[in-house]
Amino acid sequence: MNNLLRKFYYGDILGEAPASSGAQQSDRQTWPLWEVFVRSKQGLDHKHVGSLHAADAKMAIENARDVYTRRNEGVSIWVVESTQIHASNPDEAASLYDPANDKVYRHPTFYDLPDELSHI
Amino acid sequence: MNQEEIFQQKVDTEVRIEPKDWMPDKYRQTLIRQISQHAHSEIVGMLPEGNWISRAPTLQRKAILIAKVQDEAGHGLYLYSAAETLGISRDEMIAQLHSGKAKYSSIFNYPTTTWADMGAIGWLVDGAAIMNQVPLCRTSYGPYARGMVRICKEESFHQRQGFEILLVLSKGTDEQKAMCQDAINRWWWPSMMMFGPKDDESPNTQQSMKWKVKRFTNDELRQRFVDICAEQIKILGMNIPDSDLKWNAEKKHYDFGQINWEEFWNVVSGNGPCNKERLDARVKAHEEGAWVREAANAFAEKQKQRAHKNSVAA
Amino acid sequence: MATEISIGNLTQPINESTDQLILYTLHLADNALILGQRNAEWTGHGPVLEQDIAISNIALDLIGQARMLYQYAATLINQATNQLINHSTNPAHTEDTLAFFRTGAEYKNCLLVELPRGDWGVTVLRQFFFSTYQYFLYHELKNSADETLAAIAEKSFKEVTYHMRWSAEWVIRLGDGTEESHDRMQKALDQLWAYTGELLTPGDFETEPDGKIVVDLRSIKVAWTNKIQEVLSTATLQIPENKWQQSGGKQGRHTEHLGYILSEMQYLQRTYPNAQW
Repeated sequence: MNNLLRKFYYGDILGEAPASSGAQQSDRQTWPLWEVFVRSKQGLDHKHVGSLHAADAKMAIENARDVYTRRNEGVSIWVVESTQIHASNPDEAASLYDPANDKVYRHPTFYDLPDELSHI
Repeated sequence: MNQEEIFQQKVDTEVRIEPKDWMPDKYRQTLIRQISQHAHSEIVGMLPEGNWISRAPTLQRKAILIAKVQDEAGHGLYLYSAAETLGISRDEMIAQLHSGKAKYSSIFNYPTTTWADMGAIGWLVDGAAIMNQVPLCRTSYGPYARGMVRICKEESFHQRQGFEILLVLSKGTDEQKAMCQDAINRWWWPSMMMFGPKDDESPNTQQSMKWKVKRFTNDELRQRFVDICAEQIKILGMNIPDSDLKWNAEKKHYDFGQINWEEFWNVVSGNGPCNKERLDARVKAHEEGAWVREAANAFAEKQKQRAHKNSVAA
Repeated sequence: MATEISIGNLTQPINESTDQLILYTLHLADNALILGQRNAEWTGHGPVLEQDIAISNIALDLIGQARMLYQYAATLINQATNQLINHSTNPAHTEDTLAFFRTGAEYKNCLLVELPRGDWGVTVLRQFFFSTYQYFLYHELKNSADETLAAIAEKSFKEVTYHMRWSAEWVIRLGDGTEESHDRMQKALDQLWAYTGELLTPGDFETEPDGKIVVDLRSIKVAWTNKIQEVLSTATLQIPENKWQQSGGKQGRHTEHLGYILSEMQYLQRTYPNAQW
């Protein structure tokens, strides 16, 4: 099988990835990769659970139901073509996340309040 | 610190490595080999058990067996997905399997000749697999570790149902008891071989341990397996086919006999009883599915164009 | 008037309405079991991993439905026979005695479900015909005066709704996919069409004077036909001109295939009778 078939990493931007999108389509039998997000319970966020291959979005949702919710793990499913996900670069993690680390006042425990105070 | 040192420090401090993080090439290659081999084992492993779905003795057993084999497909899928984050496509991995370049667990090259084999596989083969897999839930590569957590959760039902099949047989008719013992006789040694060569003959182990791609050595895991099974078999009232199996009070472990490594290497290299059937079955399924996969793509493409046309027209 | 019902080696008179209810329940169960058995042949051999899982799921749902129906049939038979014969000499029926100890002639499934699985096209098209039938059937059966059947239908309806959607999408996808897939689907349609009529043609146990328990197949025929035509036309497929329809399954007259299915499926139970598994 040819070597150009390569999955896109999360965050690889179309056209900039090691394998171009054309290479993936060149194999007419290969289905694109989808990332699956499942809401396991009403009131919770959708959480990334894994990925799968499907020809289209409809099929991806049905596959996700069969693959990732075989034990009733979900009430709602999102699928996103993996190529559409843009991720931050870990090398820039310092500049992206460190500033927020300073902002301790964003965290509730920053505030030293009297113990008598409740319901806050 | 250079990249390699930063990487090793993360591994040492149990920080998971994620897909976009820098990693040594050799680490990536080792993982691809290990994860894809594991994925292939799940997929090929569907065949010996799938062999008994049509003949399962009760409707409940049939349903359980389908669910179990289906779980294995799911596990293969999780693992292929994990490997794909390392930059190899599922197609490439499948091509490697079909060409014989990639290996899968040799155990699946043995035939399933009686219903009791469904029990023995669940108890011994899945038992050995779990022994390998539980530590991998903490393996250093994030997507692999997360996949393993999911797999281990589902795997415990597999081993239980296997043991229960044997338990029922062990209390059954004389024919069923004989069937039960026969299956244990045939699956015991191949299961022992599942842990791989002895540590002193397993050159990759040390590096894999350092990278926490592996967390225990082959021999450590094998010993643990023997210790557990030697106790569990008592509940079945059956025998483990090893005359050297004895409790060693000093070591606080069971001693066990010699593994036939010649058989092991022969099965690995293609001389097992079912190597050809297993691979042929996989290749056949893949080839016969080609037109289906192609048609689904063609249809998706048409739909996209139709949607595009509609949006332009509107 | 008492008719005779033959189940395994038991032949005993049961009153007519119970007889009919038992046969009807067995018919529904047989359909589900045999198609489940057929679909499970794909487990481990699907065209792609994701679809291997999907078809196995459908097999599981169908076998689950069969089990509930057989359990109910067993209860009915046991109740009916307990009144007539000494229980101790006749072991009670279970889902398994009904599945594993009846002969081909005693199976009352439609011929469609016993045909070989064929290629993926045959499998999804057959599933679409059958799931659409089950969809409308269970939709009506939910209102059956028989509470157990109604409850089983209620639970199963959700499953078959998904089966129908899944299989319809596949029929469209393959019909309107490539030239090869279109040809294969047309061939599958030409092969299967003659086996669809039986689904909606009432057998003896499906004609009930007051129509409160069993579903009147005439009432769902139009809906079934409309749905099939709609999907086949979207899939660019042509319904064959030959109007001849095969039948016989509901009377226990089967194709040659059923014998092989049963000899494989029943092998352990029949080789080791009286064993527990």
